[in-house]
Amino acid sequence: MSNAPESDAAALQDRNAAPVLEVEDLRTWFDTRDGVVKAVEGLSFDLRPGEILGVVGESGCGKSITSLSIMQLVPTPPGRYASGAIRFNGRDLLKLSPDEMRRIRGNEISMIFQDPMSSLNPVLTVGDQLTEAIILHQGLGYKGAMTRAREMLDLVHIPEPEARLREYPHQLSGGMRQRVMIAMALSCNPSVLIADEPTTALDVTIQAQILALMEEIRDKLQTAIILITHDLGVVAEMADRVLVMYAGRKVEEANVIDLFERPQHPYTRGLMRSVPRVTGGEASAVERLSEIPGIVPALNNLPKGCVFADRCAFVTDRCRREYPPLVDRGERHLAACWESENLPEWTA
Amino acid sequence: MFAYVVRRLLATIPIMALVAVFVFMLLHMSPGDPAVVIAGDFASVAQVEEIRTQLGLNDPLHVQFLNWAAGLFRGDLGTSIYSGLPVSRLIGQRIEPTFMLTLTTMIIAITLAIPLGVIAAWKVGTWIDRAVMTVAVLGFSLPVFVLGYALILGGSVRLGWFPVQGYTSIFTSFPGFLRHITLPALTLGLVYMALIARMTRATMLEVLNEDYVRTAYAKGLPTRKVLIKHALKNAMVPISTTIGLGLALLIGGVVVTESVFAIPGLGRLTVDAVLRTDYPVIQGVILVFSLTYVLLNLLIDLTYVLFDPRIRY
Repeated sequence: MSNAPESDAAALQDRNAAPVLEVEDLRTWFDTRDGVVKAVEGLSFDLRPGEILGVVGESGCGKSITSLSIMQLVPTPPGRYASGAIRFNGRDLLKLSPDEMRRIRGNEISMIFQDPMSSLNPVLTVGDQLTEAIILHQGLGYKGAMTRAREMLDLVHIPEPEARLREYPHQLSGGMRQRVMIAMALSCNPSVLIADEPTTALDVTIQAQILALMEEIRDKLQTAIILITHDLGVVAEMADRVLVMYAGRKVEEANVIDLFERPQHPYTRGLMRSVPRVTGGEASAVERLSEIPGIVPALNNLPKGCVFADRCAFVTDRCRREYPPLVDRGERHLAACWESENLPEWTA
Repeated sequence: MFAYVVRRLLATIPIMALVAVFVFMLLHMSPGDPAVVIAGDFASVAQVEEIRTQLGLNDPLHVQFLNWAAGLFRGDLGTSIYSGLPVSRLIGQRIEPTFMLTLTTMIIAITLAIPLGVIAAWKVGTWIDRAVMTVAVLGFSLPVFVLGYALILGGSVRLGWFPVQGYTSIFTSFPGFLRHITLPALTLGLVYMALIARMTRATMLEVLNEDYVRTAYAKGLPTRKVLIKHALKNAMVPISTTIGLGLALLIGGVVVTESVFAIPGLGRLTVDAVLRTDYPVIQGVILVFSLTYVLLNLLIDLTYVLFDPRIRY
């Protein structure tokens, strides 16, 4: 959390700015043979210019579907947006025509994906793939787009951009490819960048470089970033605010420091306890890593009450009956738990 | 690349040698005595024996083979038993209609099949997909001669748009050529088209699930561009392989198609030669077909470089 204080102060100032993206009561459902799978259920959040919002949760908690919903890249059918609004600078993306949405995609909102090995087209040159969006959205000719592409590769610190432009993805390393992906996503100066597990497939040392690059870009271009990850370390390092998702719902949302200092939801606590810590002490080396018992419930057959009830140590009868509403526990720290107030003191 | 081509060309030598041995054995393992056929019904035993000596049929097998193979290297494919003309000249006379028919068929089939396969994959599970696949299955299951006569009945007899049979060289009259070639090309092409369309659809379905296709959509590219520039280019290697392997279907189909439409090509020559047990001609035609098949597949392998930069020869 080296530079958390500064960026945090920035985020607090930005709280007064108008949000660039507001997601409200979003429901993304999939109609399958085994019933309706509610991948995202009643999700709301907003994102301000220059803010980094971390979205965390286990696999299958709806993180990726949320980002694909914003981009409207969820295959429909079987997917559908059952309710809600995704307002980008005030316009509801869900109400746009496919053509209008296409003009926003890759231009004003862009996305980078988890696996840079498979996310670049193996049979097209880097230059070809980089210029595509620039020509499409910025109306530049091929030459102008190439110049812009070279600038973008410079921005993401790729050496010898001229030569790289003529190369194919298989001639680049994993870290380089992710840099190319970032360059591609930023080439049209988007106001929102969605990064879906951008470092998961990379070596640890490369991870740190890519994260630093993303922060640098946020500072330089004031791009708002949605950082989807299951890595709490990454969230602590990067995010201003954090949204914790479980079984398609937001269970907790808070400013990053607040979240790590006093997590209000048992699930968030469970996530934090299951991260191995390297503190250097001899005792901690033998400390057993705790896990969250049980598995994520099937999204087509969710329990009536709290979705986390079956795995929760503090479960009560009420939890099994009624789904807890999101309650503000002060300083916009939202948590959906009946027992928040009765949870034991949190010691990290 | 050059070294690879040379290597592949050298590799065709043993392949062609095997084909030659097989073709040669064909003559000697088949029932019937060419000498008897040539001599005719009223020949005496002595006459037959004389012809046999003339043809070298009394020599030991390996001597016959070596003589024959030596002839091949000089471009001498032997002499037709029936007409007494050199086989190479017979083939030379007949090669144009077959070449043009095959080429036209390939052009029609490929230009129709690839778009159909792409659309079917894009619209997978819809009625469009099902319609394309139904035509493809039909193409596989309909014998060439049934389809040929059906098209003659519809296109020539009922509608009168096309001549029933025959062939006009492209060098004589282009419109005449087109009128004559359309029905045979469709007849011959349907099964080939079905094969390519199915392969295109299957490969595209796979490619469309790739992450880079999602990336392309995330850039805001229009569907057409994603399908053609990003997906189809990746699918082209398996598709062109199928185009090459499918040539075997065309070679088989050409024999039947030329008979149905009375086209004076190699297919007709083959059928006539078989009916007359004119072995040298059969051998010559098989050799020509095999060599063409091997060389065209080499050519197809070389086109991979155009589609996939990761392939280097």
